[in-house]
Amino acid sequence: MSATGIGASVKRKEDFRFITGKGQYTADVNRHGQAHAYFLRSPHAHATIDAIDYAEALKMPGVCAIYTGKDLADDKIGGLICGWMIHSKDGSPMKAGGHPALAQGKVRYVGDHVAVIIADTLAEAKDAAEKINVSYGVLPANADTASAMTSATVHDVAPDNRVYDWHLGDKAATEAAFAKAAHVTKLDIINNRLVPNPMEPRAAVGEYEEGSGVFCLHTTSQNPHVARLVLSAFIGIAPENKLRVIAPDVGGGFGAKIFIYAEETVCVWAAKKVGRPVKWTADRTEAFLSDAHGRDHVSHAEMALDANNKIIGLRVKTTANLGAYLSTFSSSVPTYLYAPLLSGQYNIPAIYAEVDAVYTNTSPVDAYRGAGRPEATFLVERIVEVAARERGLDPAQFRQMNYITQFPHQTPLIFAYDAGDFNASMVKALDMADYKGVGARKAASAAKGKLRGIGFSSYIEACGIAPSAAVGSLGAGVGLWESAEVRVNAIGTVEVLTGSHSHGQGHETTFAQLVSDRLGIPIDNVSIVHGDTDKVQMGMGTYGSRSGAVGMSAISKALDKIEAKAKKVAGFVLEAADTDIEFKDGKFTVKGTDKTIDFGSVALQAYIAHKFTGAQLEPGLKEGAFYDPTNFTFPAGVHICEVEIDPDTGVTKIDRWTAVDDFGAVINPMIVEGQVHGGIAQGIGQALLEGAIYDKDGQLLTASYMDYTMPRADDLPSYKLGFTETRCPSNPLGIKGCGEAGAIAAPPAVINAITDALGHENIAMPATPQAVWRAAQKAVMKKAAE
Amino acid sequence: MYEFDYHRPGTLDAAVKLAGEADAKILAGGHTLIPTLKQRLAAPKHLVDLHALRELQGVHLKDGHLVIGAMTTHAHVADSALVKAHLPGLAQLAAGIGDPHVRHRGTIGGSVANNDPAADYPSAVLALNATITTNKRSITADDFFKGMFETALAEGEIITHISFPTGIKSGYAKFPNPASRYALVGVFVAQHGADARVAVTGAGANGVFRASTLEAALKGNFSAAALDGKSVSADGINSDMHADAAYRAHLIGVMAKRAVAAAH
Repeated sequence: MSATGIGASVKRKEDFRFITGKGQYTADVNRHGQAHAYFLRSPHAHATIDAIDYAEALKMPGVCAIYTGKDLADDKIGGLICGWMIHSKDGSPMKAGGHPALAQGKVRYVGDHVAVIIADTLAEAKDAAEKINVSYGVLPANADTASAMTSATVHDVAPDNRVYDWHLGDKAATEAAFAKAAHVTKLDIINNRLVPNPMEPRAAVGEYEEGSGVFCLHTTSQNPHVARLVLSAFIGIAPENKLRVIAPDVGGGFGAKIFIYAEETVCVWAAKKVGRPVKWTADRTEAFLSDAHGRDHVSHAEMALDANNKIIGLRVKTTANLGAYLSTFSSSVPTYLYAPLLSGQYNIPAIYAEVDAVYTNTSPVDAYRGAGRPEATFLVERIVEVAARERGLDPAQFRQMNYITQFPHQTPLIFAYDAGDFNASMVKALDMADYKGVGARKAASAAKGKLRGIGFSSYIEACGIAPSAAVGSLGAGVGLWESAEVRVNAIGTVEVLTGSHSHGQGHETTFAQLVSDRLGIPIDNVSIVHGDTDKVQMGMGTYGSRSGAVGMSAISKALDKIEAKAKKVAGFVLEAADTDIEFKDGKFTVKGTDKTIDFGSVALQAYIAHKFTGAQLEPGLKEGAFYDPTNFTFPAGVHICEVEIDPDTGVTKIDRWTAVDDFGAVINPMIVEGQVHGGIAQGIGQALLEGAIYDKDGQLLTASYMDYTMPRADDLPSYKLGFTETRCPSNPLGIKGCGEAGAIAAPPAVINAITDALGHENIAMPATPQAVWRAAQKAVMKKAAE
Repeated sequence: MYEFDYHRPGTLDAAVKLAGEADAKILAGGHTLIPTLKQRLAAPKHLVDLHALRELQGVHLKDGHLVIGAMTTHAHVADSALVKAHLPGLAQLAAGIGDPHVRHRGTIGGSVANNDPAADYPSAVLALNATITTNKRSITADDFFKGMFETALAEGEIITHISFPTGIKSGYAKFPNPASRYALVGVFVAQHGADARVAVTGAGANGVFRASTLEAALKGNFSAAALDGKSVSADGINSDMHADAAYRAHLIGVMAKRAVAAAH
């Protein structure tokens, strides 16, 4: 292994500019003559818009234009779309209500877009917004997931607010399993709604060049090509060849920046109308109100065990809140990204899941770090833990006796797990966590008046969100391959153009490591280019922990072609057949001789083209590849959380955290560990701290950091990380992906630990001090009663 | 933010004059006022910044009292050798306000004048029986705090310094709101001879208040054990999405014990 190759903890190339304030984010883009957009947002969760009077606002200083939904309609600008079709049990398509970028006739959540004010300065735009008089007809709000289907209708197309009633699995086989069960464990589970909170709020700068007729949109996107595709083909801003989308440095996405939102749509459309660049940057309140939220499931689960405590069946009924409109990929999250993971790491012969997706008068809900898989993992790992307790079994052993051990393994729910060794991770985690010593540690805590508990999470997820044909068969509107182009310059430096997008993941480093490793050139000779539709031809972007498994595999395929072509060039230079050329450590050598030439010299020969004719070989050294994997990837692992609770206050301190993950091959262990740390932090956030709360009128009560608890450093423990490795067989690099694992694994580990400490089977997330104190009081009373 | 005229007077007299103008607001540390302005929730015509008034800054010992200038930052109080020596409980409270950024900008005068129901300082001022001095008069703590965000201060009246009696054993324990880290419940205890004063912040529906049952329990026995089994009624205690009245009332008891145990 070289110091900068695959497997090396290379320090991140991009960090110098990030930590010295030299990053170039969308908010750093300023254009001559730019105007500023401010969105007038609905203060009501649900209301008709009876009239909008902005005559006085138009006269305010600095105002260029004010537009409403009518102007979009007049220009035949289409609504925002949901790109994944889900069908109900009866075969009917999901009920997609219209989603105009500026409201047309009705607002459906607090923060919905009523009008845009474009002015010389943001302050002037805000001043003008205060002069707009909107006549609302306030309607009853529907803001609660569980009761949404009997609440006020959000979209006429779905009178009972049900977007779809979908199911997966064999109902009859599952009922049969329950009929012969020796024990049934039942659990009600709420997966709390989260606000993504990337450090950089969303932003957009729309431009229009009158001479060429080309639009340009700088935007905070995880997938600029998909943004261009949707803005062109569905929303109708401009054809793709007349629309350039650039996602420069992006400060975190976590899913929320996958989607195509109203604001960037309006900015790029309005740029032509006002004849000036139009800029918008969300403030934090706007981020809380209008970024797509995550999670928000209400579920009931039942698990059937036989007399030997083997799991023989699982049935799940979930209501998933999709908010006021169907965001870009929202429909897929509580269906195909969720239910197929309900088998977990376990050999369960029969599973049946039903999902009702509902509209409510709340912010749209879509993919958020893990997207469906945290919801599935929380449900499975909670009910498995409860089942073990009900049967008086050690929760680790109960898991081990139900693990899938043979691969490939076809679950009853679509997925064929191709590789894994779940028990290896459990054994390692038990050792690292000193599971044997937990009894003594519990006693030590009890002696201090504290309650100690331990909780497991034995998670599996599905990453890559590919192959394209597979996701297409499940309703995806796009293919989920990835592209790469490797451009070797004449002196052997390399630019790699990738359709993946880095917004914190460190692609500029890890992707360069792959190239450095393969071509035997210094890592500084490799530049990674991404995020610009004028540079990278096409790409599907970064989400679903897919950039390593899919994006780097595309680069690897392009490098195969580079190597093959370079061998031909080397063959001409060294006067040997290309089949006799070996390539190793950056040198091309004629087999069995000392005739050799380095990579840079071959690149030069490829471009000067003196040693071969055009009839023999094309000059130049540039290759591209599209890579579509043969399967999803299945990262898996075991996390063990140990908590100590202060029963006087209900404060939960996470005392120990052990994570053993199998991510397949690892390119940069330091970056992978960082991903695990961040993921666990978000998972602990969900379990202990975070929760978006709407009141009955649909007002978001947790709309700032005064009320929404983001995890802070002192909320988090030091993590003990370990790895096991089974290579992924579905891509050439053996990578499974690591970006979401921590956020998927962590919540059930925390809640299992808390409920272990309290002797309770259920506590809702977030397990705030107040909630834990209440449960601890009950535990004390229960103990006293015994 | 709406437009306003910014003033930075060099003398207290000038500041008082400006603060007396219609729609004037006094700017101390600005940790409440600036976010309020940014969100367009306040629209003063004049902003009177007190930062140039050196006489409002610093800590002095005078006639057995710690005299703390209104514009003294939390960090200054936390690090002050005088405060640490004479009222360590107060130094400890100041060291736990917000984060380092807040502590280097926020001021004791601003905190006390604003009387945020979740601010830390009002509990110390009340429990230590401090005296608030303004450009016009001196006001005892018991007369100063009038309810949530309300004080005895008249429009345009400027706090110049706060005077704390010394030689008092005192302690502070805070249960922070998990989100904002303001006090969900903060209890400041102070031993005044045989008597005790216990002031509670964060929990009262009407702002900072004295917990009489706890004071009675500590009378003549200033020890954590004296508070065993003593509870505070949930009547008049704040309920919100972070904590209901019963939990807050319970925490008052827990924090009071911890404050007494930590007192020195």
